[in-house]
Amino acid sequence: MTSEAQTAPPAGTIGRLRTVVKGAIFRNAGLRGYILLSPTLLVLLGAMCLPVGILAVYSLWTQSGVEIDHTLTLANYLKIFNKPSYMLLIGKSVLISLTVTLATVLLAYPIAYFIAFKIKRHKIVWLILITIPFVTSYLLRVFAWKIILGYNGIINSGLKWLGVIDQPLTFLLHNPTAVVITLAHAWAPIAILPIFVSLEKMDRSLLEAATDLGDSPLQRFLRVTLPLSIPGVVAAAMLVFIPTVGDYITPQLVGGPDGMMVGSLMHAMFFRANDWPLGSALAIVSALAITVTSLGVWFLTKQARERAV
Amino acid sequence: MEKRSDFVSLRDVSKHFGTVRAVDGVSLDIAQGEFFALLGPSGCGKTTLLRILGGFEASNSGSVHIDGADLTIEPANQRPVNMVFQNYAIFPHMNVRQNIAYGLRKDGLSKAEISQRVDEAVATVKLEGLGDRGSHEISGGQRQRVALARALIKHPKVLLLDEPLSALDKNLREQMRVELRALQQKVGITFIFVTHDQEEALSMADRIAVMFEGEVRQVDTPARLYEAPASREVAAFIGSMNFFDASVVGAEGGKIIVDAGPLGKMSMAPPEEGAPVKGEAVTVGIRPEKLTLGEAPPSAGANAIKGKLTAASYLGERNHFFVTVDGMDEPISVASQNSSPMDHKGWSEGGEVWLTWEPAGARLLRA
Ligand SMILES: Nc1ncnc2c1ncn2[C@@H]1O[C@H](COP(=O)(O)OP(=O)(O)OP(=O)(O)O)[C@@H](O)[C@H]1O
Ligand SMILES: [Mg+2]
Repeated sequence: MTSEAQTAPPAGTIGRLRTVVKGAIFRNAGLRGYILLSPTLLVLLGAMCLPVGILAVYSLWTQSGVEIDHTLTLANYLKIFNKPSYMLLIGKSVLISLTVTLATVLLAYPIAYFIAFKIKRHKIVWLILITIPFVTSYLLRVFAWKIILGYNGIINSGLKWLGVIDQPLTFLLHNPTAVVITLAHAWAPIAILPIFVSLEKMDRSLLEAATDLGDSPLQRFLRVTLPLSIPGVVAAAMLVFIPTVGDYITPQLVGGPDGMMVGSLMHAMFFRANDWPLGSALAIVSALAITVTSLGVWFLTKQARERAV
Repeated sequence: MEKRSDFVSLRDVSKHFGTVRAVDGVSLDIAQGEFFALLGPSGCGKTTLLRILGGFEASNSGSVHIDGADLTIEPANQRPVNMVFQNYAIFPHMNVRQNIAYGLRKDGLSKAEISQRVDEAVATVKLEGLGDRGSHEISGGQRQRVALARALIKHPKVLLLDEPLSALDKNLREQMRVELRALQQKVGITFIFVTHDQEEALSMADRIAVMFEGEVRQVDTPARLYEAPASREVAAFIGSMNFFDASVVGAEGGKIIVDAGPLGKMSMAPPEEGAPVKGEAVTVGIRPEKLTLGEAPPSAGANAIKGKLTAASYLGERNHFFVTVDGMDEPISVASQNSSPMDHKGWSEGGEVWLTWEPAGARLLRA
């Protein structure tokens, strides 16, 4: 009885409330987690949920002339799904981005591997050197590829000077391949980082254990190094895939008519056709396509990883 | 079949990292089926020597033979040797069974054979029922068993273990000493293990190589290392010992007469490496438990020295005393077993005491 009296809450409603809140915070790890996360959650709410919400609302309106009709309707979505050229463009954008992602990861993996395993000292210097191109303007890098691949570009004039060709090659620029090359180069530094981190933090004794148990270097790579770096590879792939689907600068500059992607169409809807609702719907459909594709890729890698064991 | 005494044979093996001579001219012979320990203080090159045996570190000079085959430049994945890593190196993306079966994949075995051998290995290390656990769903002791099973399943000629017990807590560590020893006896594989814990080495190994600064200073059985250390540093590293500076004053009937200052003159058995000459500075070493503490002066003729008791501590199963002697800077350390409940009573600090010892309890060491 006396002990109960000692732990009894302070009298009064305020006092009791304080005890309840204090107890809830002290006892409930989940609640504490949310409180600690609250700044992040607020930023996420303001910077992500709000804009996406606005976009979603816009996509349910319709444009009539210069006015926006505020009745909620799925008309824009029906328009997109019923227009094969839109769906094809979204599909092609996803396909080009997947190719870019594959090319980027294939390019980034050996570089990340080299820095993580072969460089013993000053790894940070190497990382900075490799990511420096990323600091330069995106536009500049796209133009650089235009200069390299162009009609009178470095490759063509070089080959002409060598006498290999007398007419400039026209298949270098203004096609999806040029888009893939340009985007892969532009995004490689971003892809290197997560792969590097996953390789760098790998416990080296695991590799020695694999060797100890009889693996050749290649077997060891396939059975230990690669499976353990998959989280980094998936992160890199997402970092590249998600933003490149909506890219419109590169397709515009080096893609030509065949290399056009959905970003260009959205850009046109918002700024040239002045049809924000349709542009918003396109953006939402693209985002859904990206999500579905990402989940698909993630699921497949998970399956492959389980099978590799 | 006769067991080879040079089953594992190292000849003049050296390895340096820059200017650090991690392993310096080590020659060792280890017998088949032996439980062999590499013991030494931190940084003496034990791990490096073990890694040279495993093929993870290339020696700069010297040769490594196992069962007669020259493995000096054989890559690690081709050696008939397996290793239990200090942190156990359990593959995190595989479950217990997959970890244990890892090394069998390429041996061209059928699924059924692999499964049977994994079952055997699981039973050998007593991991039954844990096969489907993920690598993060097992305790430290179980991780060690997985690492052992994963290595033993390959039937290596030699199993290398780097501080195999250091990642475990104290109780488990003492239990695993016994189990590891029993396991080794059961599988009959040559074990070479690294430790900096002398008690671990003494309790588990058939023979111990004591290393200092990249060199092997003494190779012997636990009892001989303790009772007959070859040098002052080995004696000090394994257990503790009181050292008395002395000089050789003569020889008599195969014994050496030394003058050990406050201890007086005594006649001692010469060290095995050869008798020191007259006038040479030597050390007399006596372990704390070889000294007996008494209040009355001993009978004439016994080895004895008078001192003052400066500290007495009761440690449960034994008592520990410090006795200062005129003419010596450091107090002499004395240990006595509490064989009767009254043993720890009656010693007053500051009182006059006598220390006595059997002649065989004192060791003559090179200075
Ligand atoms: N890869 C390396 N590069 C440079 N020096 C090294 C390397 N590995 C070991 N050394 C050095 O070689 C010496 C012996 O190291 P080793 O790891 O063999 O010691 P150890 O006896 O196992 O010590 P511990 O008990 O602390 O594990 C040490 O001085 C160490 O700093
Ligand atoms: Mg070590």
